[in-house]
Amino acid sequence: MMRVAGRGLIDRETPLGFRFDGREYSGFAGDTLASALLANGVRLVGRSFKYHRPRGILTAGSEEPNALMEIDRNGDITPNVRATVQELHDGLVAHSQNRWPSLSNDLMAVNDLLSPFLGAGFYYKTFMWPSAFWEKLYEPVIRHAAGLGRMRRVHDDTRNEKAFAHCDVLVIGSGPAGLMAALTAARTGVDVILAEQDSDFGGQLLWSGETVAGQPGTEWASDIVRELGAMDNVRLMRRTTVTGAYDGGVYGALERVSQHLATPEADMPAETFWRITTRSAVLAAGAIERPVAFPMNDRPGVMMSSAVQQYLNRFGVLAGKRVAIFANNDGAHRLADDLMAAGATVAGVIDSRADAPRSDAFRVWPGAVVTGTKGRQAIRSVTIRSDGRTFQEEVDCLAMSGGWNPSLHLSCHMNTRPEWSDDIQSFVPRDDAVPGLFAAGAANGDMSTRACLNSGIASAKSALKRIGVTAKAPKSPEAEDRRYVIAPLWEVSNAKGRAWLDFQNDVTTKDVHQAARENMQSVEHMKRYTTQGMATDQGKNSNINALAVLADTTGRSIPETGTTTFRPPYVPVSIAAMGAGGRGKGFAPERFTTSHDLTDQQKAPWIEAGLWYRPSYFPEAGEKTWRESCDREVLMVRNSVGVSDVSTLGKIDIQGPDAARLLDMAYTNMFSTLKTGRVRYGLMLREDGFVMDDGTTARLGDNHYLMTTTTAAAGQVMRHLEFITQCLHPEWDVRIISVTDQWAQFAVAGPRARAVLNGILDKPVEDADFPFMSCGDVAIGGIAGRLYRISFSGELGYEIAVPAGYGESLYALLLAGARAEGGGPYGMEALNVLRIEKGFLTHAEIDGRVTAFDVGMGAMVSPRKDCIGKTASERPGLNGDARCQLVGIRPTGAVKQLTAGAHLFAERAAAVRENSEGWVTSVGYSPVLESYLGLAFLKNGRARHGEKIRLVDHLREVEAICEVSGPVFFDPDGGRARG
Amino acid sequence: MAELSWKPATELTGDRKIGQATLSALTPEFITSIAPFDHAAKTIGAVMKSAHGMALPAQGRMTGKAALRCLWTSRGQYFLIGDAPADPALAPHAALSDQSAAWAGFRIAGADCEAVMARLTPIDLRAATFKRGHVARSDFSHMMAIIARSGAQQMDVYVMRSFAKTAEHHLVEAMKSVAARRNSEIVT
Repeated sequence: MMRVAGRGLIDRETPLGFRFDGREYSGFAGDTLASALLANGVRLVGRSFKYHRPRGILTAGSEEPNALMEIDRNGDITPNVRATVQELHDGLVAHSQNRWPSLSNDLMAVNDLLSPFLGAGFYYKTFMWPSAFWEKLYEPVIRHAAGLGRMRRVHDDTRNEKAFAHCDVLVIGSGPAGLMAALTAARTGVDVILAEQDSDFGGQLLWSGETVAGQPGTEWASDIVRELGAMDNVRLMRRTTVTGAYDGGVYGALERVSQHLATPEADMPAETFWRITTRSAVLAAGAIERPVAFPMNDRPGVMMSSAVQQYLNRFGVLAGKRVAIFANNDGAHRLADDLMAAGATVAGVIDSRADAPRSDAFRVWPGAVVTGTKGRQAIRSVTIRSDGRTFQEEVDCLAMSGGWNPSLHLSCHMNTRPEWSDDIQSFVPRDDAVPGLFAAGAANGDMSTRACLNSGIASAKSALKRIGVTAKAPKSPEAEDRRYVIAPLWEVSNAKGRAWLDFQNDVTTKDVHQAARENMQSVEHMKRYTTQGMATDQGKNSNINALAVLADTTGRSIPETGTTTFRPPYVPVSIAAMGAGGRGKGFAPERFTTSHDLTDQQKAPWIEAGLWYRPSYFPEAGEKTWRESCDREVLMVRNSVGVSDVSTLGKIDIQGPDAARLLDMAYTNMFSTLKTGRVRYGLMLREDGFVMDDGTTARLGDNHYLMTTTTAAAGQVMRHLEFITQCLHPEWDVRIISVTDQWAQFAVAGPRARAVLNGILDKPVEDADFPFMSCGDVAIGGIAGRLYRISFSGELGYEIAVPAGYGESLYALLLAGARAEGGGPYGMEALNVLRIEKGFLTHAEIDGRVTAFDVGMGAMVSPRKDCIGKTASERPGLNGDARCQLVGIRPTGAVKQLTAGAHLFAERAAAVRENSEGWVTSVGYSPVLESYLGLAFLKNGRARHGEKIRLVDHLREVEAICEVSGPVFFDPDGGRARG
Repeated sequence: MAELSWKPATELTGDRKIGQATLSALTPEFITSIAPFDHAAKTIGAVMKSAHGMALPAQGRMTGKAALRCLWTSRGQYFLIGDAPADPALAPHAALSDQSAAWAGFRIAGADCEAVMARLTPIDLRAATFKRGHVARSDFSHMMAIIARSGAQQMDVYVMRSFAKTAEHHLVEAMKSVAARRNSEIVT
């Protein structure tokens, strides 16, 4: 065991058992999976992506590139979980990934031997030819080799959620800067959210060993968090990583809700994707230590200096018993002190600076570098070059530090580039890069604890000022204020062997040099050519180093070379979390009619119409196919009576002195002349002159109309009317509102329709006093309803409407009445056949590409008034012989089937695109006419009635000779509907 | 004579308590939309006052008492919700439409009502921003809704009747999620 007694914040009273690659281990509450593995002496934890190199834990944070694991919850596997982020819980099961057959004996490691051939641009050069090989050979092979971790090939039923939060000041990160910023803001009384990606608040204070205000940093942090937690205006969000900055003060954030629990409650989401809207924000996300590129720097046991310190001071784990430290800055020297205090041997500090500080307690090699490491699956020794001499030191851990990169990613999410700071040899955020976001602490390049505390206060004041709040700044506590002394060191030169930049994607300095030689000199080109920064760590450990190496190779400065673009999300976010709530029925809300339950009882299959659910057909005993049911229902309506729920059609109540004007403007035809108590069919155009929708509108009073729309276009028509009343004619005194859901409305159609109605109406209706296209008030059992004599079937037809609360019981009455007359319910299939027989339109015909002229309703565009789309509809090319016009088609040859979507060709023309003369929009089998019938658009179709035409459906391989006719097949003079 | 029976918009009966939130159905007898005409812009206020004893609310607000409230619902539009329909005296001054059956109402009460709503609607419902008597139109799990704060720890949500089942489903799921967090002492 590598635990050090008396150190760390772990709870040694609570041991936890876990498994890694089938072996049992134990750790403590407060451990991460990474710290627990280290404590158990597990050095080898993964394999690299490309060369399958053995890898160990590199970092202690969310930037970890190596220790990616599968977390297995009873067979439910989440791949690519960073062991440094996964908190340990009892019974945790983790597997290593990207290896076969086992982690220690990975046969894919043969790639490493081939590495001279697999450098930058390998794919681009190798898989270009022969081109036929790409799909058949290269892509399958590459896809097989690619990818980390396994996916279960089953539906992911993990529960996730999304949520919204609002505040005045969002503080991102809870190190010394974040805590002071939160405290400064919170004390003014504004609403503060403090988001911390770690499981605990405090940032570097949890492990740096620094004191603040004379207290140990951890205690000071707990005190501040306690104070914040007691305030009603503060919300502390731990395990929450802010992932993106968006317009309008909106930030995305991912909260790991229950993955740290051994047995989360069933209703607990695994993750929550937050959208936080704030008036201003403080970015105090800290900094990430960067590696140094020296040969064989990827060996397990080579770790970031801060990670070694963190494992020791936070988790009580020694990463090695004999540790060497390779650094270019003073910070790493403090690690040596901590290691010695914990009883480890410090083999020495290899400091690249000639003027490195000396120590009495441990050896320092100034002006020295590491030129290599040895060891098979863990480091055994380092090769050191000092004073022109090269020698080896035995170690079991090498801590490295190339300096620190501020975590400024969020400040770049709106496309501002950061600026270079010579002082800290890294990029720092620009002011106002994201409006209202103020950087503080190490994220801003402030490298001492004292500077962090101060800038936390200052940035909070700026954030508050922006929202008009003046803060009384808290006193900045005492803390270390050492100068951050660093000399640039990106790459150890004149040393043999591969030196890794991007550990995850196996990108070495050699690859960057090669990219530059092959003229991929732009940082954006280099990145894509080498794949540097394109793994799940998004280059957090490698971006700056890689571009520094590129700058060096191309003889430019780092600021000249520039950076790549930081894009959201800051950490990997599962699609399941982003799309939370959208699975299954969460995909879209469902709209149900009042007859839904009774229809369900009749086992009618559902079809979706917009968000609505409508019955397809009503199967009866003995019926084996939908066609049998549909044929029966069609004949039933034609011969007796059928009932259908038509509540889904949009209904818009239009009232006011200018109601008639509005309708005249919206519809092509005249509605101001419609008499009260009458209904008229209307056609609506879009502004571009094409048909938008159709429907009937009833005049209920002088200044009162009720418009109906098609089911799918109800929202569009409402928007259209809003456009007219808000934009075109705001001076019109007219009011519109949807009443779709207020009325349950049922079509009663067929020769026996009136008999059914009269069985339930308080006062029976007669043909004479309720003629075709009339409407009026009725009552059923004293309940006021409305009756419309309209027909979408061509039969004697009524639609009866009652307030939706009475819908179900009216439907039951109508069904019973219809059955007594030999009828019953009919569904959408029969409704469709009935309307095709009559040549009535649906959105299958008016699909947005056809004009009033095309559908044979050119005469409905009234010459006596203006309407939306009228002028546009008169444009050249929208009328005339060249247009495809609505026709009916009926098979006359050997093949009797028609299919919608098929194209029409001259009888002997080749069935190729250039010869297409039109297309079929709707088809149905008419049991009345005993034939398939189709509606179609055919070039100059109205002049071609009686001609033969060839239908070809290339997809379904149907070909049929058809006769062209008018679109009305049945009862062309409409006598049946008029009664 | 035929007889029709009334079925409420939601099948939810009684209180459904999950964690620190309680869901119940709102079943006002009448809902009438009131859209004052331009020509009555100056008179409608007084007519409303004399007819129902309350003013037309300002944008984003409601007036009245628990039994009968008037909610602002959008540009130039109000819903009178409660135990009476709009007085016919309003008819010359405003477009009145019966909406009594068109909306399904839900009440979410309890300490976690804001947390539950935060999973369903993007609008800012913090107590200091969205106070008792405030009303908003917004998205509610992809449904268009009327959202009102009817008490310190109480929100009312109305969605179109046809959406009632979906709305109830999402509300219950959000309540369960919030309750599970509570039980595990995870901030909601």
